[in-house]
Amino acid sequence: MGAEGIGARVLRKEDRRFITGKGRYTDDMTAPGMGFAAFVRSPHAHAAIKSIDTSAAADMPGVTAVLTGDQLVGDGVGNLICGWMIHSKDGTPMKMGAWRALEAERVRHVGQAVAVVVADTAAQARDAAEAVMVDYEELPAVVDAIDAMKEGAPQLHPEAEGNLIYDWEIGDETATNEAFARAKHVTRMEIFNNRLVPNAMEPRAALAAYDEAEEHYTLWTTSQNPHVARLVLSAFYNIAPEHKLRVIAPDVGGGFGSKIYIYPEEMVCLWASKRTGRPVKWVADRTEAFLTDAHGRDHHTEAEMALDEHNKIIGLRVKTVANLGAYMSLFSSSVPTYLYATLLSGQYDIPAIHCNVKTVYTNTTPVDAYRGAGRPEATYVVERMMETAAREVGMDPAEFRRKNFIRSFPHQTPVIMCYDAGDYEASLDAAMKAADYAGFGTRKAEAAKRGKLRGIGFSSYIEACGIAPSQAVGSLGAGVGLWESAEVRVNPVGTIEVLTGSHSHGQGHETTFAQLIADRFGVPTDSVSIVHGDTDKVQFGMGTYGSRSGAVGMSAVVKALDKVEAKAKKIAAHLMEAAEGDIVIEGGELKVAGTDKSLPFFQVALAAYTAHNLPAGMEPGLKEGAFYDPTNFTFPAGTYVCEVEIDPDTGRTEIVNFVAADDFGKIINPMIVEGQVHGGLTQGIGQALLENASYDESGQLLTASYMDYCMPRADDVPSYKLTTTETLCPGNPLGMKGCGEAGAIGSPPAVINAITNAIGTNEIDMPATPEKVWRAIQAAKMPAAAE
Amino acid sequence: MYETTYHRPKTLAEAGSLLAKSDEAKLLAGGQTLIPTMKQRLAAPSDVIDLRHIEDLKGITETPSGGVRIGAAVTHAEVASSDIVKRQLPGVATLAGGIGDPHVRHMGTLGGSIANNDPAADYPAALLALGATVVTNKREIAADDFFTALFETALGEDEIVTAVVFPKAEKSAYAKYPNPASRYAMAGVFVAKLGDGSVRVAATGAGQGGVFRIGAMEQALGSNWSADAVAGVKVSDGDLLADIHGSAAYRANLLTVMAKRAVAAAG
Repeated sequence: MGAEGIGARVLRKEDRRFITGKGRYTDDMTAPGMGFAAFVRSPHAHAAIKSIDTSAAADMPGVTAVLTGDQLVGDGVGNLICGWMIHSKDGTPMKMGAWRALEAERVRHVGQAVAVVVADTAAQARDAAEAVMVDYEELPAVVDAIDAMKEGAPQLHPEAEGNLIYDWEIGDETATNEAFARAKHVTRMEIFNNRLVPNAMEPRAALAAYDEAEEHYTLWTTSQNPHVARLVLSAFYNIAPEHKLRVIAPDVGGGFGSKIYIYPEEMVCLWASKRTGRPVKWVADRTEAFLTDAHGRDHHTEAEMALDEHNKIIGLRVKTVANLGAYMSLFSSSVPTYLYATLLSGQYDIPAIHCNVKTVYTNTTPVDAYRGAGRPEATYVVERMMETAAREVGMDPAEFRRKNFIRSFPHQTPVIMCYDAGDYEASLDAAMKAADYAGFGTRKAEAAKRGKLRGIGFSSYIEACGIAPSQAVGSLGAGVGLWESAEVRVNPVGTIEVLTGSHSHGQGHETTFAQLIADRFGVPTDSVSIVHGDTDKVQFGMGTYGSRSGAVGMSAVVKALDKVEAKAKKIAAHLMEAAEGDIVIEGGELKVAGTDKSLPFFQVALAAYTAHNLPAGMEPGLKEGAFYDPTNFTFPAGTYVCEVEIDPDTGRTEIVNFVAADDFGKIINPMIVEGQVHGGLTQGIGQALLENASYDESGQLLTASYMDYCMPRADDVPSYKLTTTETLCPGNPLGMKGCGEAGAIGSPPAVINAITNAIGTNEIDMPATPEKVWRAIQAAKMPAAAE
Repeated sequence: MYETTYHRPKTLAEAGSLLAKSDEAKLLAGGQTLIPTMKQRLAAPSDVIDLRHIEDLKGITETPSGGVRIGAAVTHAEVASSDIVKRQLPGVATLAGGIGDPHVRHMGTLGGSIANNDPAADYPAALLALGATVVTNKREIAADDFFTALFETALGEDEIVTAVVFPKAEKSAYAKYPNPASRYAMAGVFVAKLGDGSVRVAATGAGQGGVFRIGAMEQALGSNWSADAVAGVKVSDGDLLADIHGSAAYRANLLTVMAKRAVAAAG
């Protein structure tokens, strides 16, 4: 590696503007004549709309227009869609209820938009929105997924009888039943995965401008995938054909999945900009973010694990009910199915697995992918089961995992996935060493002297990333391909622009993608710029989620670089009168191997553009594009060890040590990878200890602000100990696996396993709040008196 | 935020007359509750009268009898770092240093906190446990009479808190268990042994009616000032708050634990 090549800890190029407040976010954008949108939102979780009176609002100062769902439908704007078709086990397609960007007949969750005001200022728009009179007839609401399936539960959509969206299965039920029939031991657990609010630092925002003369729209918005946004807005919502719609996602302050989707508000801004004849801006406030950003998780699972007489796992049976909220968000159907149940084999050789998933509508905010998306839920089920099973059969939890690890690759699991490479024992060993597992007993005894309960917990996670091979996901119901594109433009002076369909909203692409170029051509990263997030600049791209920017996005860059390198070598060979095969690239120069002949990279670039002396028949210029479609998912994996101390008087859990041993394959920038792991671990710890989207029975979100929704703070987490092991991914040119989600996927079960280890129970649900832990301690002390 | 008219009086008299003239005015001290509430459109005062530039409301002084007088516009950070407070009333210094975060402590004030009387605020526990006196532009009010109900005080419509006078105390200490999300008190206990030897214990964050005294703990500590003395005192959970963060039974447990810790800290 060079000083800035692959593997170097290059400081983030983008941080200068972020740290000095010079970032350019959607809310920083302005357009002449711009008006501001404010949405009228339902205060009820479930209600029929009897009437909407906009007359008073329309007369208020500064108001341009007050628009409702009837007008939206009248103008031919399409309903929001879910882009991944799932079929129930009986072969019927999923039951998708209609979702209008502005609802006109029946609201189904608190915060659903029913009208929009456009006014000269944001304050005027908000004042007028409060003056829109909506006459609601309240209906009974249901917020819990299990309750929603019960007879007599309020029904949300006529399309979905019993609120059931689909009843899906995967795996071999017969083989699994046979495994359980011959099991020596069966571990059974009921496991909840709590609902989370994504909480990106920058709330969602949009600025839509319609050019009447050109019949052309421009949308600046907080998107992780602007091309997909354009595609969906064009193909399904009838906003405009693709060549008449430019989507720009400028600096975006975090996404975690929540900015993948097309939401009502961004669509409405586009529509309203044409209707009102003025550009329309909307920036969500934090309350709107809590109520309308797609939530994550919310699973209820019953799991059983069958062991033989040697404590080998012979079967796993899982039944999950997933709450998808009031409507099916863009990729919501895939999260509790192909992103979840396909990972239930974990790192273990399990011959038979069967999983049944039912998804249901409730009167809550729609649920979709959130950092990890299905894979945290799978890991949480598998790793809590592993810990409990080990305890029940009296084995050390690390040794129980070791005994059941997959050891040869490729490994075909019973649930679709074919793991390509890994060394699970290596990361377990690395984690145990870094955590000083051998010294735990001494530390526990010392903590006991201070009155503290000390516990240790493991989590050996696996995830499927590098999303995703297009043909494979197409066969599973995806409505899009999941390849990536790149273009490498070498300018005549030798500076380089890389256009990528990946999108950076915190990941540091401007640094890591430039490192690929520095590594290949020996040029400084300062001479490379990364262009992304604009459908007018980048031809096409699928965006950033599912830990795909490295494994998929960078692979496309590598393919384009191969073409640039081949052409540059041809030109250099021609200029230096050498054989093409003798040209090597070193330190920013193209050299003839074994001679002192060389040309600086920029001279070769210049020669490509002057075209005065090119090989016969060669086109001028030095610019190449490539599409890369992966052949498989990638499989990052690792072991996390969490050590906690619990104050038995208050139930407060302190994480005193946290070790992460990850195998991400090839790492481009270790500093940025560590940052990703730190962030992921902190979100996972947040889920395990602090965060919970809590609804009351009427469907009001009780945790709709930071007064009640507890985000992890710096003093809630320890200084992490990180280490990596490396097996290269054989499926892509750099051997990368991805690192963006691992921390959030692997950490929750490690934390809960440590807590249950400390207090001597197997049962505690996330978030393990002080009161829950305190009650569990009380119950363990005096079972009869337990409340 | 709705439109409002902002006033910046220089004197207490000017503030008082502005307040008397307006029907829907709100006094702005540190603004740590009022401003967020207004931004969320949950409050719509016609006028906001900013007290932060009135000299008479500032300053921390030792009283002749060994107590401490703290101006209403003194920030939590100033209280926490005051040599006088740290020497005379270490429990109050600890309490002020644990309110919110550094931003809150450099804006929020003693007068604003007690006038708002949030049931989870810290200061009311100190005033009640120390038997402090609230001084206003009109009169003096004993802490026992000042905090009347959730977010309610004995203050009249045109009344402005100008200072709090704390009596001399032999011992004072505060321990709180913060709500993990808001970091307000889920249970905060202030213990005090006053100059006359009397013992007072007040709890915040846990009571349905706001701050309250725990008589059983006062009795136990009166005869035996030790953490062990309060360890066995259980607070009835009948009048305690219950919410998504903690049940009444859990808060009752926390009150005992925090009382033990406060007594241990007081020495």
